[in-house]
Amino acid sequence: MASLGEVIRNSQIWKSIFRHPMPVDRRNRIVVMLTNFFLHLHPVSIKKQGIALSYTWCMGGVTFFLFLVETVTGVLLMFYYRPTLEWAYTDILALRDVTSLGILREIHRWGAHAMVIAVWLHMYRVFLTGSYKPPREFNWVIGVVLLLLTLLLSFTGYLLPWDQLAIWAITVGSNMARATPFLGSEGPGAALLNVGGIDMITMGSDARYGLLAARFVGEETLNRFYILHCIAIPLVVALLLAIHFWRVRKDGGISGPL
Amino acid sequence: MHGNEDQFLRGISGFLGSYFLCLAAMNAIAAFYCWKRLGKSNLSLLWLAFSGVFLIMAPFGYAGANGTPQLMKWIGVPETFRNFVDSQLANAVAYTLGTTITLIVLFVFRKFFVKPVIAWLMLNGALAFMGMSMIDPEFASIVGKPDNVPIVMMVFLLGFFTWLATYRAVQNDERKEQGLESLEAVDNEKILVWPDLVYTEMICMVALTAFLILWAIGLQAPLEEPGSLVKTPNPSKAPWYFLGLQEMLVYFDPWMAGVVLPSLVVAGLMAIPFLDFNKAGNGYYTINERKFAYLIFQFGFLELWVTLIILGTFLRGPNWNFFGPYEIWDVHKVEAQNNVDLSRMFWEGLLQRQMPMPSTEASTLSQLGTILVRESPGILLTIAYFVLTPPLLAMTLLKRFYVRMGLIRFMVMSNLLLFMVLLPIKMVLRWTITLKYIISIPEYFLNL
Ligand code: HEM
Repeated sequence: MASLGEVIRNSQIWKSIFRHPMPVDRRNRIVVMLTNFFLHLHPVSIKKQGIALSYTWCMGGVTFFLFLVETVTGVLLMFYYRPTLEWAYTDILALRDVTSLGILREIHRWGAHAMVIAVWLHMYRVFLTGSYKPPREFNWVIGVVLLLLTLLLSFTGYLLPWDQLAIWAITVGSNMARATPFLGSEGPGAALLNVGGIDMITMGSDARYGLLAARFVGEETLNRFYILHCIAIPLVVALLLAIHFWRVRKDGGISGPL
Repeated sequence: MHGNEDQFLRGISGFLGSYFLCLAAMNAIAAFYCWKRLGKSNLSLLWLAFSGVFLIMAPFGYAGANGTPQLMKWIGVPETFRNFVDSQLANAVAYTLGTTITLIVLFVFRKFFVKPVIAWLMLNGALAFMGMSMIDPEFASIVGKPDNVPIVMMVFLLGFFTWLATYRAVQNDERKEQGLESLEAVDNEKILVWPDLVYTEMICMVALTAFLILWAIGLQAPLEEPGSLVKTPNPSKAPWYFLGLQEMLVYFDPWMAGVVLPSLVVAGLMAIPFLDFNKAGNGYYTINERKFAYLIFQFGFLELWVTLIILGTFLRGPNWNFFGPYEIWDVHKVEAQNNVDLSRMFWEGLLQRQMPMPSTEASTLSQLGTILVRESPGILLTIAYFVLTPPLLAMTLLKRFYVRMGLIRFMVMSNLLLFMVLLPIKMVLRWTITLKYIISIPEYFLNL
């Protein structure tokens, strides 16, 4: 008598999905890494210290996992949340008080904080193991961009609840852009960009305006940040992550003593 | 009289009791581990004693819930200590000096501090101190603010991982001195990714998911009143990871603190692999083999980035004034601000004459000329700082670097470093001679 598990594993459907037997022996443990889409990100074998938690702290992996958590919870939140002055705040309020899966917001928010912390720790360990040295210089550079984008993701998301905390944090943060040299209306050198007596850089055309899409944090800003947060930045991050992981493999796997 | 306080104490009572129970459990596990795994029974007894102390503290933590909140103060930090901290140590100078000295001591005596026993003692000390401080309402409210909880967590995580990395680096450095390979090199055999890595990842994911869900259940995300541009909160703070930049606003104008310096941080990070020509220390933890790079990075990360964030988050209150960890955030607190521009010091202090001021009737060009004359001391100093220091360094302290790096790379590195120390320089000048701006041209928003 074959057990139920065996029947399932021998069925045509199962075999069409998993193109290899169970990874219980050496051969199939290799095959599984090569034939499974999700696993083929990994090499088949690896140096032992490359996966030691005391070496990598698993922080790159944790960051990536948190990015996935944020993507999933974020998409679910998008079903509830409307980015307009009329609804943004009340939708979040409803998530807290009414909606049955309102805890998604908590997971999303704490996950975002955790991701910022994890990406710092990841950078910290990459530095401390000297893993940015040749041949991994370029992957470090990609990493720095990812770090920046992680912060921007968090920053743009901070506005969406549209409460006092949100709009003032964004106001304080974006006020800095007003002082961009040459491109901010209160930045050094902006007065020089003056054509025929008309200032080119004003409150209505400077870097801060470009960021906020308005002179003050307002409905246009909400829309701009919403699209940046939900679509534009995640797409770029996803692309860069693909390159980042690809480079980890192509640069010879996790760093180690030569 | 005790009414409000009692209410507060009752509120945190359950948490505090459980907190000390957790500490007791933590030490009990350590004791068990030392005894069973390491066979060190005297260590085991030490942690058992710690566990016992925390076990005794726990009921005091729970006392509030049982109607005797005043008992909780027995396990709190004494009021005299709190007052001392708030009155004597609560200023940016003491904070910066204190953190800097702490980091230096930890680094210099790292061989001592990385010992697991010492590290465990420090962890116990930090956790106990935090718990004992929680009986202060001000401390509890700022540390327990939902958005600040992750930062507390980050501080402990950073402490842990810094310990771990230093522990391994110290071990590796000692091994190298004895002519042995690094620990990483010893562990070099190849293993299969399935099951070893895949299972580790699986467990990490499950643990992390559980952790996030528990966190989400236990702590509600903040939602304040609906946003209104009419009501400015005081203090208005940027998101926590930008608070280091906001703290820089104390010393620099926004164009520096918010635009130029952050851009240089990013550029400087990207430049690291191309500036660090040292081939050693690739793929294993070490400090001795790359001391220069290590110290610069730690100075930038732990000192200039993390410490400033902690300062900006926990110790800056209304009007961005400095508040002690146990101090009430009083909106009316006034801090004397009589900082003076360098140009004023020069003309009025040193030369005892009137500062040249551009007259509004003069042509733009002559106004500009007057401004340049007025600010000439600061401008000359700044130019000298950026133009003269790199060649000086190349000839003296960093000669070795100049020879190895070549002109361009050396110039890039030294200029990045000069920008990096601009902040500490400005801090020290502010504290010692109450300097406001080195160059002050408000006419063109150009203040440095
Ligand atoms: C969204 C952010 C990021 C994600 C999800 C991510 C993910 C990963 C993962 C999974 C690895 C494999 C090894 C490990 O887990 O440590 C890795 C390696 C690496 N990462 Fe990242 N990373 C991110 C950001 C960064 C940043 C900010 C830096 C540096 C500034 C960086 C530089 C590197 C380098 C150089 C490696 C190769 C390390 C080695 O071979 O030891 N990454 N990253």
